[in-house]
Amino acid sequence: MLAYWRRVKIENELIYLFLRSPVTQVAAIVALVSVLGALLAPLIAPTNPYDLASFDLLDSFYPPSWTDQGDPRFLIGTDDQGRDLLSAILYGTRLSLLVGVSSVAFAAVLGTSLGIAAGYFGGRFDAVVMRIADVQLSLPAILTALLVDGVTRGIMPREQHEDLLLVVLTVAIGLSLWVNFARTARASTFVERNKEYVQAAEIMGLHPMRIMAVAILPNILGPLMVIGTIDLAVAILLEATLSFLGVGVPPNTPSLGTLIRVGTEYIFSGEWWIVIFPAMSLIFLIISVNILGDFFRTVLNPRLR
Amino acid sequence: MIAFILRRLLQSIFVMLAVSLLAFLLFRYVGDPVAVMVGQETSIEDQERLREQLGLNDPVWTQYTRFLGNLVTGDFGFSYRTRQPIGEMILSRMPATLELGFVSLLISLIVGIPAGIYTALKNDGVIANAILITTLIGVSIPTFVIGIFLIYLFGVQLGWLPTFGRGDTVAIGWWTTNFLTVDGLRALILPALTLGIYQLTLTMRLVRSEMQDVMNTDFIKFAVARGIDYRSVHYRHALRNSMVPVVTIIGLQFGGIIAFSIVTESVFQWPGMGLLFLDSIKFVDIPVMSVYLVIIALIFVVINLIVDILYFVIDPRVRLSPEAG
Repeated sequence: MLAYWRRVKIENELIYLFLRSPVTQVAAIVALVSVLGALLAPLIAPTNPYDLASFDLLDSFYPPSWTDQGDPRFLIGTDDQGRDLLSAILYGTRLSLLVGVSSVAFAAVLGTSLGIAAGYFGGRFDAVVMRIADVQLSLPAILTALLVDGVTRGIMPREQHEDLLLVVLTVAIGLSLWVNFARTARASTFVERNKEYVQAAEIMGLHPMRIMAVAILPNILGPLMVIGTIDLAVAILLEATLSFLGVGVPPNTPSLGTLIRVGTEYIFSGEWWIVIFPAMSLIFLIISVNILGDFFRTVLNPRLR
Repeated sequence: MIAFILRRLLQSIFVMLAVSLLAFLLFRYVGDPVAVMVGQETSIEDQERLREQLGLNDPVWTQYTRFLGNLVTGDFGFSYRTRQPIGEMILSRMPATLELGFVSLLISLIVGIPAGIYTALKNDGVIANAILITTLIGVSIPTFVIGIFLIYLFGVQLGWLPTFGRGDTVAIGWWTTNFLTVDGLRALILPALTLGIYQLTLTMRLVRSEMQDVMNTDFIKFAVARGIDYRSVHYRHALRNSMVPVVTIIGLQFGGIIAFSIVTESVFQWPGMGLLFLDSIKFVDIPVMSVYLVIIALIFVVINLIVDILYFVIDPRVRLSPEAG
């Protein structure tokens, strides 16, 4: 019961503070538009960029429709293959969000379980996990992701690697992000472990797995959610970077990173729209997620208010 | 002091051993070295002979010690892709990356530290808020997008600066430098700025939070209470105490610089180690990948060691704490 009332209070506070912060509201709207656009892409996009029959090479390099040579069929122009840029961006955002969310989910499950277990059991297990976390932390995320990608390329045959690319990408990004979850979960578990409800559960003879999952986990979710939001921005950024570098999603698949990569080849010849619109979508998406993450952190951490 | 350094040294060696084991596993078990080296038409017997010749049938432990011995003596083997000695390949690329990293670190410190101090002291000022919002945006824009915007603005629109390659370099022994020609310096500006902007925002935020923490301590409050003028409190008392972590910042940023130099080098086609690493990933050139890993780890470890020792020298608290010994 107590936990329920605490949650209601936090929710009210969340709404209250949200209504008082115009920046957060704008960010929420931008994020919402991106997410809706991505989810509804198959319904609202004028064409399907995955369908080779839906675009024509003769349509390539149309500038945005409001310029002199624009074509009303293509609102913000077309790319080098004649794909409608708006559709490509909608589908690209879909892919970026898919990879971002699933890699954060992967990192959250891995990091949180290791962190809670380390905090609960302590001792040697804790020492080993934290040592690994330290090493991982000294490696920048992008380097980890690149290494995982490179190793899987070596292990798998080429076709198989291409089929599993999204999974590889998710794991590569997820593996570079688990440490934050693990450290936070561990620190919070340390605090919770000595509280009476956990002791009560222990005396009742509950299995440690059950105590960790049912008793401790719900009580440490707050800070983990904050990390999840902030890491989502990092994951989207990493996916875009890897795809831009040509080691992420396949070159022909529209993701925000590959679209920007294609666009850079044409900035010298004056086709600015091919790079500007995907880049802007990416930046707005990341900034809005970052602002939301900042907002959650401030709300859930009274010390910062 | 000596005991402290020795223990740190021991730790560093341990880390290097762990990394080299990882590199060895990568080198030995990811892909089949023999299959990559020979063509399709080589007979099984020839392949088997080559395998024996390369010592791939020896016990794993022997192979690892041999791998380690080769690394220590600077024999890094050959690249699968170019068939060149890896040592030469990396050595010829190293100056480009180090010079790029050095200049961007300089940019991030020269701009980041004053900006951090300013925003910490003028907490609610208009300019301070503007700087803070700019940094939030700065953190959110991916490095490669910053690079592309800079190329578009200064390279395409204004046509002021070169946008790819190193330009003219001067060779001093095996080291090639950008610093001695106008062309080389011009080529350095955009990549260094790209790499520096992200680091700059980090430096600024760290200096700011550090300075704010120090401003809240009792000895600063006491200094203010004593009636010492603010300039002196800010710059003689507070700044001096927030500068200790700056040494750590430099150490920490190094990792970021190495990682993001891969991205920057790709955007500007800067012929450094990062570009080499990226190519070796694309072409599954495992030996180059594993040697890159070892060399990066070595640079990391050496810098961290220096930072720790500097810490020991600068900050008396580290020296006096019992665990420092």
